[in-house]
Formats: sequence, structure tokens, C-alpha cells
Amino acid sequence: MTAPAAPVPRARSLLRRLWALTAQPLIAIVLALLVGAVIILASELVIPGQPFDPLLPARAYIALLQGAIGLPPAVNPIVGTLVATAPLLLGGLSVGFGFKAGLFNIGAQGQFLMGAIGAVAAGILVSSQPSSIAIPFAIAGGMLAGAIWGFIPGILKALSGAHEVVTTIMLNYVAISLFAAIVAGPLAVPGAPSPITPDVGNAAYPILIGRGGHLGLLIALGAVGVMGWLLYRTTFGFEVRTAGANPDAARYAGMRPRVLIVATMAICGALAGLAGTGDVLGTQHHVTSSYGTTVGFDSIAVALLGGSNPVGILFASLLFGAMRSGASLMQISAGIPAQLVDVLQATILLFLIATPVLRRLFRLRGAKSGIDAPGTFTKTYVSGEPTPS
Amino acid sequence: MTTEVPGEPQQALALEMRGITKRYPGVVANDHIDLVVRPGEIHALLGENGAGKTTLMNILYGLARPDEGEILLDGLPVRISGPSDAIARGISMVHQHFMLVPVLSVADNILLGEETMANPVFIDQAEARKRIRELGRRFHFEIDPDVKVGSLSVGWQQRVEILKALYRQARILVLDEPTAVLTPQETEEIFAVLRRLAAEGHSIVFISHKLYEVLEIADRITVIRRGRVVGSRIPAETDEDDLAELMVGREVQLIVDRGDSHPTDVALKIEGLKVADDRGSEVVRGVDLEVRAGEILGIAGVAGNGQDELVEALIGLRKPSAGRVTLDGKDVTGKGPRHMNEAGVAFVPADRHRFGLVLAFNVADNLVLTSYYRSPYARRGILRNQTAIEAAAKKTTAAFDIRTPSVHSRASRLSGGNQQKVVVGREFDRKLSLLILDQPTRGLDVGSIEFIHRRTIAQRDAGAAILLVSAELDEVLELSDRIAVMFRGAVVAVVDGRTADKNEVGLLMATGGRDRTVPPPMEAQAS
Repeated sequence: MTAPAAPVPRARSLLRRLWALTAQPLIAIVLALLVGAVIILASELVIPGQPFDPLLPARAYIALLQGAIGLPPAVNPIVGTLVATAPLLLGGLSVGFGFKAGLFNIGAQGQFLMGAIGAVAAGILVSSQPSSIAIPFAIAGGMLAGAIWGFIPGILKALSGAHEVVTTIMLNYVAISLFAAIVAGPLAVPGAPSPITPDVGNAAYPILIGRGGHLGLLIALGAVGVMGWLLYRTTFGFEVRTAGANPDAARYAGMRPRVLIVATMAICGALAGLAGTGDVLGTQHHVTSSYGTTVGFDSIAVALLGGSNPVGILFASLLFGAMRSGASLMQISAGIPAQLVDVLQATILLFLIATPVLRRLFRLRGAKSGIDAPGTFTKTYVSGEPTPS
Repeated sequence: MTTEVPGEPQQALALEMRGITKRYPGVVANDHIDLVVRPGEIHALLGENGAGKTTLMNILYGLARPDEGEILLDGLPVRISGPSDAIARGISMVHQHFMLVPVLSVADNILLGEETMANPVFIDQAEARKRIRELGRRFHFEIDPDVKVGSLSVGWQQRVEILKALYRQARILVLDEPTAVLTPQETEEIFAVLRRLAAEGHSIVFISHKLYEVLEIADRITVIRRGRVVGSRIPAETDEDDLAELMVGREVQLIVDRGDSHPTDVALKIEGLKVADDRGSEVVRGVDLEVRAGEILGIAGVAGNGQDELVEALIGLRKPSAGRVTLDGKDVTGKGPRHMNEAGVAFVPADRHRFGLVLAFNVADNLVLTSYYRSPYARRGILRNQTAIEAAAKKTTAAFDIRTPSVHSRASRLSGGNQQKVVVGREFDRKLSLLILDQPTRGLDVGSIEFIHRRTIAQRDAGAAILLVSAELDEVLELSDRIAVMFRGAVVAVVDGRTADKNEVGLLMATGGRDRTVPPPMEAQAS
């Protein structure tokens, strides 16, 4: 039904578009906070011997906020949040870029680990070179390692149609083991009581601001611009978005889906690898075999919450980074386990996925879901292509 | 419009919709629409794509809530809360895309959602079968309740849909463009069924934009344009030109003057082409065809006789398993879409939502879907030139009369006719050696059809070879210089487009000419 639309005042239409884009994630966040509050209250009831405090959820959330940005806002807590945000942002961009191409890259976790080990390996090689050489070299090592870990599922899908969800999950396990083997083997410091790599020395990111505010923050922010540019200003980005939005139309338009799949997955891997690189060069400076992280998985939530859009992912990663960063203060001052943050994160995701229900509940007709199309998870465009007989 | 017709005795109305208004943001889809349907009446609802027919019927079926107005059934005001409520009140809808489960039997499909229980656990199959048989007998289309729906022809599947409605004791039957998928013969058969239903006192709302059909079947015609009722007619007092003018709001040339064609050299040559479908079975079985520059070769055939696979193979979306395709003397067998595009081949696909458009993209991006990498739309093939893309989009939307709020509007927000014009505008907007049109006007209204036909003729006169595939026999007859009839993957006849007889071609489409002497598939030269 499209009789020509009556001209809507520009500001109003802009607001409406903004609301359409942000309504769903905002509602999901608010609902998740409410669920978190209920969980806190319920947990009070089951822990015996404590007076019931109806305001505990509020105290917990205030402590969370204080931990994240400080009350009043201060440089160091904010820098802490940013440091926690950077890897989530890069990981989110990685997963989000895959979504745009209609690929579900669950392998960000493995690509992150490979990026970390790649950056350490490259960094150790050049640890005594000047920083201007050592840092780019270590970054290239990390990104290359991640890109390889993305390239593998990409080429498998392009050649045989193997679904990337399956292959990336499997490659995550391979990455964990490979990581441990490299840390305990070729890269291990001889004679150390437990497996640990040497320090990356001059390849470490310089600290630019506050406590631990390293170069990686700028790199992550720059990546938002680069990915936005790549997606919306280049013909390659146009091909990626077309393949993601309508693979049949992409074939009709003469684009090469197989090439796109491989290139997209490699870029996803490089981004996730850059996330791992930043964590190692910016904060750890070395890795141990017990290097544990869930950044790769959290990135999926970030990408969904951010609607696969680079700017959306920036805000989503800031939220998750702030929660991660504030969690310890919440544990200390309100006595709420830091794991509540995991619960909140998961609940946000659940509410996002329950899109049709939310839409009905809040009568959001035009609002767009965080997940671009439900088809994202099932659509594969190689299978639609006739195999040469 | 008044609810009483002077001179006629007042009669209880089966359905009355009064002042129905439905607003969507920025659009008034229905603007105080009145609709009156009498018992036993076949009432046609005529209007262009996006005129508001579907919205009105969705309101009747409880899928949308009107902002203003009321609905009366048998003279009593009702509130219809949803489809199940509508069905309970005797309103049934037969959608354009059938809601049937192909692997289930006719009886199972009819019972779905309306199970007659023998006891709390088991369905009373025997009773259901008996009722289905009875209904079929009453309306003269007996059908075996145990046959699988997937094995039925489209025409019979539609009858199953109608049976489903009758089984639920529908008194008001809404059919949304029921003939879009049928052959002329099947259309005649379904019309006979509808007439019997009406004679038994059922009311039928028949949504269509095919003028001749409406004139043939309807007792009364209500024409809607841009959300308003612009007129009401009875067939005896009107004709196609009058209805077209009402519908579009200006005088429309229903049959475009095709003029003389001047075919020159053979542009496209197809030899022994065989193509398999997605499941690997051969659906194009050795097709030989030639299309000359400056002529239109129409391919007539009931949908699903290999036409889609044939054109997909020609355009490079599908690899032929055997045969040869030559374009302007060069072998292009098995070349991909990009190669064909660069060789001057344009393609308007049958399914514009699947192939032709990216609905999530805006109009400007859709207009460069096949040329995005070329100058001036890209700099050095890498960077998108937004300015050039927008400038070209503005030019094309104006030249092809694409009605869109702006070139930044999403393609999904356009009406079907305007979406098709986006595809046509993109594909027609250059010098072509071969133009392949697959159902170019399916589901479009007369105004858009006229426009696309004119442009097609213009491309022909500019020297393009044109291959036109259409399930719409009239379209093939009106435009083609020669007509090839496809049946079960083979060309069973090639006839002259200007002298072809509709019934003869229709029969060839339906039977492949097996019951008659098949004219040898020779080339009939265009005049």
C-alpha cells in the first residue's frame, strides 16, 4: 500500500528512524536489567541469615555504574571500561561483518586466540627492535594468524558447502589446543615452572591515557571507521551486503559468492585476530597456557545487539565493556557476584532473539530487530548454486 | 455509493463495509471505502497494485484493524478480531499463494485446523471424507479425498482451497487474484465453479486487475484507486476501456500498437539445449530456437514447463547439461551472469523479489545492482561514487516513472508495479543485443503493463533481440512476432505471432499438441 507518502517533517522522520533502529536493543537492555533485579531479590531470599534489602538491586546497579565510569565520572574507571571494550568492539565488528554477508561466524573465539598467539610469536621475534617496527610487525602477525583461521572455514564453505557454523565451532576447539601446544612448546620460556611465553618487549602498545589506556583503543575505534567505509563506500562492501541481503540477487548481478565468502571470512578472522592482538600487546604482553577468555563468544552478543552496524556495535561493545569493567566493584561493594554480568548479557540476547514476542508486546511495527533477518542463520548461498555436473 | 439500489426490492445484504479507513504512517491505504455485497453475488474488486484492495480484504479477514468505519454481516455490525473469528463468521479467503501442504492428502489439508473428532483422540476420517465428497458433488468438482495435494495441478489445488472454505461453511468467499496462475482453460473451469457457488447463494469477492475476467465473471464491479472507491459498475454497462480509465485515472491503451518489426541477423541461437532443475531432473529437454535482432520471440507455456530453467541457463544462472548457446556468433554456453551482462544481455527475472531486487536496499542501489562496478558508479572499480549513483537514479526514476518518495527509499516500500519498473529501468537503460523478459508484467496493473510493453517495443525497434516468456497468453500474443509453445521442456510448435489463434495456442500449452497433429517446429518468418 504505497500511495505517495505525505512529507513528514525532517526532524520527526529522523527521530522515527532513530527510534526504529534503537527501540529493540534499548527495550532488551531495560528488560534484562529488570530480570537481573528480580534475580538479585530472589537470591536474597535463598541466602539465609541476611536481612532482606529491597533496594539491593539498585545498590548493585549503582556500584556497577561506579565501577564502570566512576561516581562522579573519573578518568581511570572510564579508561578501564575502554580497555575492556576494545576487544569486544573488534570482535563485534568481526561477527557483524560476517552477518552483513549472511555468514554466521561463531569462530571469533578461535580467531581471537590465534590472533593472540600470532601477535605474541611475531612480537617476540622483534621484541628488541624499535617500537615503530616491532608494533606493526606484531599486529600483522596477529591479524594474519586470525585471517588464516577465518580463511579455513571460508574456503571449506566455498568449495564444499560445509556450513560455517559447524566448521568454525570445530576450529574453536582446534584453536584452544593449538594455542596451548604452542605456548607450552616452541614459545615456552625454558625452565619456567608453568608454560609461559617471553615478553613481547618493544612490540607492546604504548600507554596513551590513564591507567592502562593503550594504543589498542585507538586502533579499535579506527576499525569502526574502516569497516563502515568498507561496507558502505566500496564496491566490495556493496557485494558483501548484497550477498548477505539476497544471495540470489547477488548471483544474478554477476557477483562471485564463493570469492565473497572466502574474502569475508578472512576479514572476519583478521578482525577477531586484531582483537586478540590488542589484548596481548596492550595488556598482557605475554600469554600463558591458561589464558582464558570469552571475548570471542561475547562478540556474537555485541554484534547482535549492535544490529551488525559498525556504529551500533561501538555502542553495544561500550555497554558490555562497562559491565565487565564495573563487575568487580559491584562484587566488592554490593556483594553481588560478578557473574551477574554474564546473566545480564545472556538475558539481553534472549530478549533480542525473542523479537517477534517483543514486537507484539510493545507494538513496534516498523522497528528493526537486532538480527537483520532470521534467514541469517539458515541462508547459505553456495547450496543454491548449481554444481557443475 | 448508496446501500439501496432504486427499483430493486430491498434485500438483506451479505456484507456491508461502511466508511472503512485505514492509515499507515504517511499513507492512507483505505479512505472511507464503502463496499456492499449481496447474497449470491460475485463482486469484483478492481484496482491497481497498491490501490488498497488487499488492505480492505485484510480488514475483512481480521488481519488488520480499521481506524474508522464498520463492517456489517447480514445487516448486523460485527467486530472481526482475527482470521479464526472471520472463518467462524463464514468469511473465507483463498490467497494467491495457496496455503496447502503438498505432502498431505486433500482430506488432510481440508481438515487441517478444523478437525472433526470422532472422539477426543482420533479424527473422524470417514465422516470428513463423506462431507468432502458431498461438497464436491454439489458443486460439480468431485475430487478424491485421498490423493496427495502435491500431485494435483494448480487449477485443482485451487479447488481444494475452495473446498476448504466450503467445508468451513463459508458464505462469503474472498479470492485474491485467483487466475494469476491458471491457464485460460483452467480459468474457465474455475469460473464455472464460482458461478455455481453464487447460484447456491454464496457471495464471492473477486480481487483482480484483469479487466476482461472481471467483465466476464462479476455481477458488480467496484473500482478502487489510491484508497478510494472511484466507481461502481455492472458489466453490461461498461467495457474494458472504461474500467481501465477508472482504475488508472487516465485513458489507457490496453493493447500497445506493436507496429512493424524489422528483424535482421540472428542474435541468439540455441541448439539442443538441455537444463536440469535444482533436483537434478532434466526440465529443458533439447530446445532449438533462434531470435533475430529486432524481433520479439514469445515463449508461451503453462508455468513450470521448463521456461524458468531455460532463461536461467541463457543468463548464466544455471549451467546447461548439453547444447550450445551462441550470441552474435560467439559461443556463450555456460558463461556466467557477469559475462552475459557485459555482452549486452539484459534480464528481467520472473521473481523480482528473489533475483531482481534487494528489497532491503534503497532504490538507487537497486538501480545499479548490475552495473555498480562500472564507471561512473565506481571509481577505479573499487570506490562507490555516491554522487553518480544518485544522479543516475534520479534520471532513471524520472524516465521510467518510478513512483517512490525518494531514491533513498527502500525497494520493499514500493508497490509491485514500481518495483518492477525499478528492474525494468535498470535493465532497459542501455543499448542491448539481447533482452530476456521472464513474466515481465506478472501481477502488475494495466497502467504499468502498458508502460512496460511500450518500452519493450522501443527496445525491439532499437535493434535488440527479445525473448519474452509469459504465462499470460494475451501478453505473448500482443507483443510477439513469433511464438514458441513450450510443453514439458520442449518447444512443441512455433507459430506466427500476428496470426496465431488464442485457442489453438492455449490448447498447445495445455496438451503439447498430443491430441492433434503437431505442426512441425519450423521457423515461421515474421511479416
